[in-house]
Amino acid sequence: MKTMKVLSVAALALLMSVASYAQTADEVIAKYLETTGGKAKWEALKSVKTTAKIKMQGMELPLVIAQKAPNKMMTVAEFQGMKFYQGCFDGTTMWGTNQMTMKAEKSEAEESENMKDQSELLDPFINYAARGYKVTLEGKETIEGAECFKIKLTRKPVKVEGKEEENSSVYFFDTQNYVPIVVQTTIKKGPGKGMVSETLMSDYQEVNGLMFPFSMTQRAKGQKDGQNIVIEKVETNIDLDDAMFMMPAEKAPEVKK
Amino acid sequence: MKKTYSIILFLLVGFVAQAQDAIPLKGDELFGSLSARHLGPALMSGRVSDIEGHPTDPKIMYAGAAGGGVWKSSDGGVTYKPMFDKHIQSIGAVAIDQKNPDKTVWVGTGECWTRNSVTVGDGIYKSDDGGENWTKMGLEKSERISAVKIDPTNSDIVYAGVMGTLWGPSADRGVYKTTDGGKTWNNIFSVNENTGCSELVIDPQNSNILYAAFWEFRRTAYSFNSGGENSALYKSVDAGKTWNKIHNGFPTGPIGRIAIAVAPSKPSLLYAVIESNSAETKGLYRSEDSGASWKRTNGDFELAVRPFYFSRIVIDPKNPEVVCKAGLSGSISKDGGKTFRTIGSVHSDIHDFWFDINNSNQITVCTDGGIYRSWDGANTFDMVKNLPLSQAYQVSVDNAKPYNVYIGLQDNGSWYGPSESPGGIENRDWFSVGQGDGFRTYRHPTKANIVYSEMQGAEYIWRYDTQRKQQKVVKPYTIEGDPKLRFNWNGALNISPNKPDRLYVGSQFLHRSEDMGETWVKISPDLTTNDPAKQQQENSGGLSADNSGAENHCTVFAISESPLDENMVWVGTDDGNVQLTTDGGKSWTNMVANVPNLPKNTWAYHLEPSTFDKNTCYAVFDGHSQNDMKPYVYKTTDTGKTWKSIITPDVKGYARHLKEDLVNPNLLFLGTEYGLWVTVDGGQNWSQFKNNMPPVAVHYLAIQPETSDLVMATHGRGVIILDDISPLRQITKETASKDVFFFQRPATVIREQSAFSEGGDAGEYVGDNPSRQAKIIYYLKNRHTFGKMGIEIFDETGKKVADLAAAKAKGINIVDWNYRLKPPKVAAAKTLSYGGFTSPQVPAGTYKVKMTKGSQVYESSLVLKADPNSMHTDADRKLQNETAMKLYGMNEQLAHLVDNLNTLRDSTAARLAANTKLKKVAEPFIKELDVLKENLVVTKGDNYVGTAEPQLREKIAGLFGEVTSYVGKPSNAQLTNLTFLETKLKEAQAKFDGMKANQLAKVTAQFTKLKMPEIKLRGFDEFKAASK
Repeated sequence: MKTMKVLSVAALALLMSVASYAQTADEVIAKYLETTGGKAKWEALKSVKTTAKIKMQGMELPLVIAQKAPNKMMTVAEFQGMKFYQGCFDGTTMWGTNQMTMKAEKSEAEESENMKDQSELLDPFINYAARGYKVTLEGKETIEGAECFKIKLTRKPVKVEGKEEENSSVYFFDTQNYVPIVVQTTIKKGPGKGMVSETLMSDYQEVNGLMFPFSMTQRAKGQKDGQNIVIEKVETNIDLDDAMFMMPAEKAPEVKK
Repeated sequence: MKKTYSIILFLLVGFVAQAQDAIPLKGDELFGSLSARHLGPALMSGRVSDIEGHPTDPKIMYAGAAGGGVWKSSDGGVTYKPMFDKHIQSIGAVAIDQKNPDKTVWVGTGECWTRNSVTVGDGIYKSDDGGENWTKMGLEKSERISAVKIDPTNSDIVYAGVMGTLWGPSADRGVYKTTDGGKTWNNIFSVNENTGCSELVIDPQNSNILYAAFWEFRRTAYSFNSGGENSALYKSVDAGKTWNKIHNGFPTGPIGRIAIAVAPSKPSLLYAVIESNSAETKGLYRSEDSGASWKRTNGDFELAVRPFYFSRIVIDPKNPEVVCKAGLSGSISKDGGKTFRTIGSVHSDIHDFWFDINNSNQITVCTDGGIYRSWDGANTFDMVKNLPLSQAYQVSVDNAKPYNVYIGLQDNGSWYGPSESPGGIENRDWFSVGQGDGFRTYRHPTKANIVYSEMQGAEYIWRYDTQRKQQKVVKPYTIEGDPKLRFNWNGALNISPNKPDRLYVGSQFLHRSEDMGETWVKISPDLTTNDPAKQQQENSGGLSADNSGAENHCTVFAISESPLDENMVWVGTDDGNVQLTTDGGKSWTNMVANVPNLPKNTWAYHLEPSTFDKNTCYAVFDGHSQNDMKPYVYKTTDTGKTWKSIITPDVKGYARHLKEDLVNPNLLFLGTEYGLWVTVDGGQNWSQFKNNMPPVAVHYLAIQPETSDLVMATHGRGVIILDDISPLRQITKETASKDVFFFQRPATVIREQSAFSEGGDAGEYVGDNPSRQAKIIYYLKNRHTFGKMGIEIFDETGKKVADLAAAKAKGINIVDWNYRLKPPKVAAAKTLSYGGFTSPQVPAGTYKVKMTKGSQVYESSLVLKADPNSMHTDADRKLQNETAMKLYGMNEQLAHLVDNLNTLRDSTAARLAANTKLKKVAEPFIKELDVLKENLVVTKGDNYVGTAEPQLREKIAGLFGEVTSYVGKPSNAQLTNLTFLETKLKEAQAKFDGMKANQLAKVTAQFTKLKMPEIKLRGFDEFKAASK
């Protein structure tokens, strides 16, 4: 009987400590922003240039990713003297290089439309409600062996083959340090449709007062292997010419003569 | 075999000394990124219990498998993918919300075709995103859900038909209703604790009208009963508030299982199939007045056959007179049930049908052998070949390289297939080695062409010569003076671990053969309880006799000869005895009374004598056929005198099989009805293994000694392998306390295979191959999130050969290395050179592994070794490597040359543009550079059919690719071609160097004169280090 009593007191104490640690989505987000540099600093971020390498099947591909507020974006990989542009967006048009002809081609119109929201530089958790996003805490889940808060972020709807669809991702914030270590998104189109794409983030380092993940691995959920991007340099708030985000006019591809 | 054990014993020395410290690592913290792979097969597929289609999009279908989860097709049934892998795999019913069909799907778990080997469910689930994610919505004690019906006018109103427990009484049966989308449920109608709701139908036009079939049924290990006074068909017209029996026209007296269907296009028309005790009254009934009265139309075999297995009617959505009935072969009527024809050739045992919503000639059929599709009204069919739903009872492995796996399957015979195959394990890689239901299957330990297999009740035991394709029946027969032999459905057939030609077969006796089944000697008395009350299988079935052999009881089930003593044999019986002989069968002792807290007559499912100590044995008991779902696993260390339970509350589901590791005696694997459990501390803590491993019933486990692979026979998802369990062997309390711990690895054998891909398997399932890369495996105490982390590999001379991305999870991490260098840097040009994607393999040797994690550095090593069975000599390999590296260097030399050339040309052109005074010297110089370049690299065309003529770059890269793709000696022609290309490259270099010495000097003089800077060229090292 005495043991029982001791046990129940211990259980109660445990319960209370658990209860006092219960978090809301907003608390997790606030801690995340605080840990990674503070809301004000994130709001002041106007451009990011990332120099990186993609590792796949033993090869390395040098990569530059440029982002400029509010939503311009450009990724270029250089290989054997040729430049491959992917997922470039100037605020209106999304485009990339066709790898057969090496010429720039426009993406589907609805892709461009979707990018307007999707490519916003401002961290999606900042002022999310005012931006029309929804955030819900979906409990805790262990992923990568680490216990995480599972937070679902629903952005503005996207168009998929003409139909409007919910655009949501699930962020896993490590309960020990409040940074996201995994983001999961369901692929809505193409051969991978229905599959969940998973981005693992690690190697967080500080750049001008903000924490950026310096390693990202993208893979299909449940798969061990994926594409790893190792970031070598992050530059923030530097001048980026608007022209670099625009699709080149119909002309010969960029090749050194 | 002996040799393997001596190696294992040697390895063991390090482990025996360790005490069994409890290691409280659980789940993901322990397993990290260890992941299982699925082999299939899907060639013969497995039992599918239910299928439903989308109400408006004919491309979308959901199929519920008997033991393999929920599968969705989004392409009209060409391919299916698994959607339910986190949840219990036994499916009773699938339902799609008519109001929200893209999103909301319900699944009732627990198959309702209650054969002896049927598994169990654990409640009802709902998905709000088209099957991607599922939430359990209650009814945990239902065991079997026969139907889920959603009110077509209100998504929050859902009815569930709960059939309930098969093996015992239960109050959790009947019709359940929710009005809040599944948050709360009410049992709105029930009959008694032995009678469950076996079918539930809702009127498609008036959702207040429901029909519910109730069935009195019970199974034991030795009997099955279908029917009784309480089976009946009921109707409600007030959304389930009140129910009335609608039997006007049905036979009186006891009734068995009832199938019921409402014609979608004419809801007043109903069909029912009644199981009764008279041939004159069983069969199909038709009602044209919504069940007010019934008329019998037909009593054909297919309509009345095995009602417990086949009670389903499906009606054409467009034509109420077209009716399909599940059955042994399946049948279809075009005249409202007056006459039927058997459907076209498909696997036997049909459980469900689906009519395409637009085209009623397009019919999908679910069978014991997967899903079939017809486009001509169920005359001809093709099979869906990507559903790996096979239900294996057992698995064994051989010693081939790569090794093969051997399985016996529910209603699908016995098979073997490879553990790896070029391009993955395809349907065509599997070979049939037995028919009927398959169970225990083995390759002879030393005679590579001999396989043993059997069918149900040991009706046949075959010895099959896989080379000559000859089968011989080698079973024991009753001998003079003995009673009739009793064999279990899953008959005990085992091979000796000590004597390659020795076989055991269990009836109620133990039979031994020393000559591969030619001669049998009975070496025991009746080892069972020989309870006559449990030997009435010819009376089994209830209203319909069902004496298939599935209820044969009081038989020997488990036979295990000690690997350490050929005279020591452990025997388990299905009625709960554990018998041991230590003198090769002269005397026997029943040990079961020594097992504590074990309910009487609990099936002794598996006995696992230790490979470390002959007095140690594990015993697994399965009580589910006595309605006891708890796992029972015991260990004895004193030859059965005392037993201790090694089960903890971590383990879920009744257990069937345990495998002791071959190296670490504290590492045990346990198969239960809910999946795979692992302990690394001898049973003090257990964790469920979930990485790519659904909670599917695991019936049997094997370990391949050379690869250390754990091979699982699952009853619903075929063979699943956990490759290389050696890291788990090395988990101790001490290793788990370190921040980083590198596991010791055996040498990686360099792969020499370069097979062609085979193709021709579109739409078919392809099983996963193992990774044959070198693996760096380490344990991390915490997930790495802050600061840089990476892995570098150095050769024996200290040269860095690879830069790898590190895995960062808490627990065990695996990083693969393809033991190749980075591809060479190739010259910039207008088009891609595929040589730039080719990288040479590094030679055999010891490599240093350096992990940088934040400010810490950790080191380990790995060994690559040449294949000992290789056809290539060391000299061949050396020549190959030297040739490949020479070409590697040539690629890069040319790349550097072209880089310098481009810089000269572009910089000169830029200066010329700035000052026309340069024209006289600069123009011819530029022209000369362009001419040289055109012979070096491609300057026009594209990467597809606009390809330009290959130049020196493409020729070097081409030869480089060809030499690199073969590990042996390059051909003489290749070596000659190398010399030729070397000369060409030398000439080009000489030409360029000449231009630098002469023309560039002149140009540079002009630059100086005009106060222009000199052109700087990158040296080789600077060029190589740069990212461009």
